[in-house]
Amino acid sequence: MTKATENWIEICSLDEIPPSQARTVNIGNASIAVFRLSDDRIKALENRCPHKNGPLAEGIISGDDVLCPLHNWRIHLEDGQVAAPDQGCVKTYSTKIEHGIVFLDLE
Amino acid sequence: MNNKKKLVMIGNGMAGVRAIEEILNANPDMFEITIFGAEKYPNYNRIMLSPVLAGDTTIEDIILNEEQWYADNDITLHLGKRIKEIQRGYKKVIAEDGTEAEYDKLIIATGSNPFIIPIPGHDKKGVMAFRDIDDCDAMVEAAKTYKKAAVIGGGLLGLEAAKGLLHLGMETTVIHDQATLMNMQLDTVAGAMLRSELEAQGMAFKTSTLTTEVLGDERVTGLKFKDGTTLDCDLLIMAVGIRPNMALAKDSGLFCNRGIVVNDYMQTVTDPAVYTVGECAEHRGIAYGLVAPLFEQAKILAYMITGQGLKTYEGSVVSTKLKISGVDVFSAGDFMGTPGADIIELMDKVGGVYKKIILEDDKIKGLVMFGDTADGPTFFQWMQDRKDISEQRSTMLFAASGLGDAGHSGIDLAASMADQTVVCGCNGVSKKDVVDSIVKGGLTTRKEITACTKAAGSCGGCAGLVDQILASTLGTAFVESEHDPMCGCTELNHEQVKKQIKNKKLTMVREVMSVLDWKSEGCHVCRPAINYYIGMLWPQDSEDDRTSRIANEKMHANIQKDGTFSVIPRIYGGETTPDELIHIGKIAKKYAIPTVKITGGQRIDLLGVKKEDLTAIWKDLDMPCGYAYGKALRTVKTCVGSNWCRFGTQDSTSLGIHLEKQLDRIWFPAKVKLAVSGCPRNCAEATIKDFGIVGVEGGWEISTGGNGGVHVVVTELLCIVKTAEEVEQVAKAYLQHYRETGRHNERCAPWQKRVGLERIKALVVDDLDNRKALIERLDLYLAQQEKDPWVARIEDAKKDGLKIFSEYTPIDIPVRVES
Ligand code: SRM
Ligand SMILES: Cc1cc2nc3c(=O)[nH]c(=O)nc-3n(C[C@H](O)[C@H](O)[C@H](O)COP(=O)(O)OP(=O)(O)OC[C@H]3O[C@@H](n4cnc5c(N)ncnc54)[C@H](O)[C@@H]3O)c2cc1C
Ligand code: SF4
Ligand code: FES
Repeated sequence: MTKATENWIEICSLDEIPPSQARTVNIGNASIAVFRLSDDRIKALENRCPHKNGPLAEGIISGDDVLCPLHNWRIHLEDGQVAAPDQGCVKTYSTKIEHGIVFLDLE
Repeated sequence: MNNKKKLVMIGNGMAGVRAIEEILNANPDMFEITIFGAEKYPNYNRIMLSPVLAGDTTIEDIILNEEQWYADNDITLHLGKRIKEIQRGYKKVIAEDGTEAEYDKLIIATGSNPFIIPIPGHDKKGVMAFRDIDDCDAMVEAAKTYKKAAVIGGGLLGLEAAKGLLHLGMETTVIHDQATLMNMQLDTVAGAMLRSELEAQGMAFKTSTLTTEVLGDERVTGLKFKDGTTLDCDLLIMAVGIRPNMALAKDSGLFCNRGIVVNDYMQTVTDPAVYTVGECAEHRGIAYGLVAPLFEQAKILAYMITGQGLKTYEGSVVSTKLKISGVDVFSAGDFMGTPGADIIELMDKVGGVYKKIILEDDKIKGLVMFGDTADGPTFFQWMQDRKDISEQRSTMLFAASGLGDAGHSGIDLAASMADQTVVCGCNGVSKKDVVDSIVKGGLTTRKEITACTKAAGSCGGCAGLVDQILASTLGTAFVESEHDPMCGCTELNHEQVKKQIKNKKLTMVREVMSVLDWKSEGCHVCRPAINYYIGMLWPQDSEDDRTSRIANEKMHANIQKDGTFSVIPRIYGGETTPDELIHIGKIAKKYAIPTVKITGGQRIDLLGVKKEDLTAIWKDLDMPCGYAYGKALRTVKTCVGSNWCRFGTQDSTSLGIHLEKQLDRIWFPAKVKLAVSGCPRNCAEATIKDFGIVGVEGGWEISTGGNGGVHVVVTELLCIVKTAEEVEQVAKAYLQHYRETGRHNERCAPWQKRVGLERIKALVVDDLDNRKALIERLDLYLAQQEKDPWVARIEDAKKDGLKIFSEYTPIDIPVRVES
């Protein structure tokens, strides 16, 4: 379900995010990790691991999860949940791609 | 055949069958054995009924002795036949169905019966105990129809039952007559922590509550308590204790008190032909209810009955562990402490860790641990040994927690454990027993160790520890042992994957995963490994997959704890020049580098570089990448050598610089460090390097497989050569052999241990043709790696026509103020 257009913020074109990797997006005080999955879906998380603030954008992507680069916590890109045995949750942001442009919803 | 004595055993449970196993071990031909068991199953691991109920394992997996085992050992097994009478005068036993058996020796191992509190209504339908497989099945069945369970008894068994019922989807309340859960094992602090943990898992509690009546017509519908309140429930488990099962023995005239009374040889005090073992036995006034002491008894019984000599059973000190996943509890000895006792305590409320040790004259009298119980067995051992802990007391509660991923990580605890420390409390297996079985039996999996020593075969609480010992004994060989898959994404192990990549000529990570039926998109363990194997096997036909590299190797810099990076350029052999130092200094200033540090590897580290500055700083530096982040050649440490040193016999600096230049830009299974010392004083510490070289009069001593990290390993002598050229040849051949046969993330030290120095020597030193072939393969690989990774990244960034694109640069979006 798409939200009203005014909440969407244009980020970059899809090509500017390397395949199966991520880019850091800074908006105001928020640092957001925007991931491009192997099938070109886009997911966005707050760029801060709940463990010790690891920058998630540098993590290795495994399926629909990202592994934090500092101590390998596994975080689900869809809902931001940390996989057991670790615990925690990362804020997620809605994303969409229109005509090859990536949008984020900050709400 | 006919001169065998007849041995009959009543009860086919854990203690009894263990005694039979011990007897067979001691003398397999002495007895003609007959066993009667009231249950219809062969001997199973009763302890594991809790995990079965909680869905963590299955009945099939907890059978300890299959029926085949009885057949193999010529044991006549009567399952589902309860003995109703022992006629000691005729030396025979009679089962309920009339089956009879005569004996020369009889073992009674009838275990115990769960105690059912005789309150009104205790015989209603839906009221049961938790003791055997049938009870387990009945609970699973009940949970399909009924939804509200109550458990009376907040001890070990009650809590495990309640956890199982929760797992089965029932709303579960535990009723306990005391204020503290597991009050026989825990103090109030640990009891309260346990309670809140279990509440978080969904369990409800009513403590300090006496149940007076079971309500309902035919089936239980609720409970009534002493204070007049009630609780609805349609299933009730009573877990308030056990009573030794001794009616049969008593009826046959054997002296019984709390249990069937035995002497220190586990013989009944009444009749030397009759032995007793297990929960039904009373020894020096105690009837035990945990398997560890029962297994000790079984051993003593076997000694006696087979005439091995007179070992005596002296009684046991027991420790307790709760088997609820996610809840770690350990308790032993006097865990309360008398007022004024000498107590050391650690409490981490947020982290949920509590440790308390009660001391007397600097010796441990008791302990309680919650949350982090890893050191429990060690402390318990110290307690039994009456060890003086005055030296450890200030640090002992801070556990040795996991160190980094060093290619042999997480083995500190096991490695630091004393040989005699009991690892498996249930079966009394020491660390030494486990290590011996690994070394002498060539074992590589926990399963094999359990089969051989029984460690981890009962409550399973020490399984992790056994794994650690395995790991520390075998080095990384274990972590990726022949039997173990690479990781959870595949069934294949490292060797199999490597072979397939080679045979099928697979040249892309994704291709490997799809051809070899990977279960998922791969993880941080398998993808970097596959990427390495591809690059090693197909240097000319493959491209590095950056998405399969961990952050450091992807960024060509070390990620720091605050998300910035460090930059370490090569300073070959640690030798620099004034100009180079000035140049580095200028750049450090230009980029306002917060910390500049001389590393332990003789070079300079610029710490705290922002990701977006990386490409620029590399460009400005214009020095080769130091690979300080990668599974690659790190440093070649050198000393000043014969150029300056009054003792130097060889020019170690030049050789070190030369080697570092030759071996630069190679990916290895793990990081590789070299050192060259100019004389045996060895100032470059060559004997703790992956490949160490020490100059001697007229030649070079090459020793390999050292490690200075988590576990210090000293190198072993590989060979002595005359010239620097030969050193280079041997180094290249050795390292190429390591590249080809090492497993990803396995450093030279554990690799050399695994494959054996002699074999390496044969292939690298003695077989000159093979040495040559190895060097050729390495040179072929090197030819493909001509570009410095920093230069390559700078070019990539430039190449990219897109204005803002560099993955090193964040995208900054200005905040728009909404109107
Ligand atoms: C920078 C340096 C410390 C220093 O300031 O001196 C260093 C820093 C790190 N070492 Fe080291 N090690 C450094 C020399 C050493 C040495 C000494 C040596 O090489 O002479 C050792 C012991 C020798 C050895 O390796 O056998 C050493 C043994 C380790 C280990 C344990 C390795 C092992 O096999 O047990 C690790 C953990 C690992 O590799 O997983 C490690 C890991 C690390 C990491 C990469 C931790 C990490 O994963 O982030 C550190 C990176 C810090 C950073 O963010 O930059 N470092 N490290 C040294 C860099 C030398 C260089 O110029 O490249
Ligand atoms: C759910 C649960 C969890 C447990 N957890 C732990 C734990 O974590 N750690 C621990 O150390 N211990 C634990 N225990 C206790 C442990 O299982 C017992 O101490 C152990 O099984 C006792 O062994 P045994 O041989 O004396 O008795 P049992 O294993 O009970 O064997 C006795 C057998 O004799 C049979 N029998 C009885 N009378 C007759 C007769 N007249 N004729 C023929 N057969 C007869 C019984 O049916 C039974 O099969 C647990 C027990 C349960 C029920
Ligand atoms: S640099 Fe220091 S803190 Fe970091 S891993 Fe090495 S020894 Fe540990
Ligand atoms: S900061 Fe992410 S795992 Fe430690």
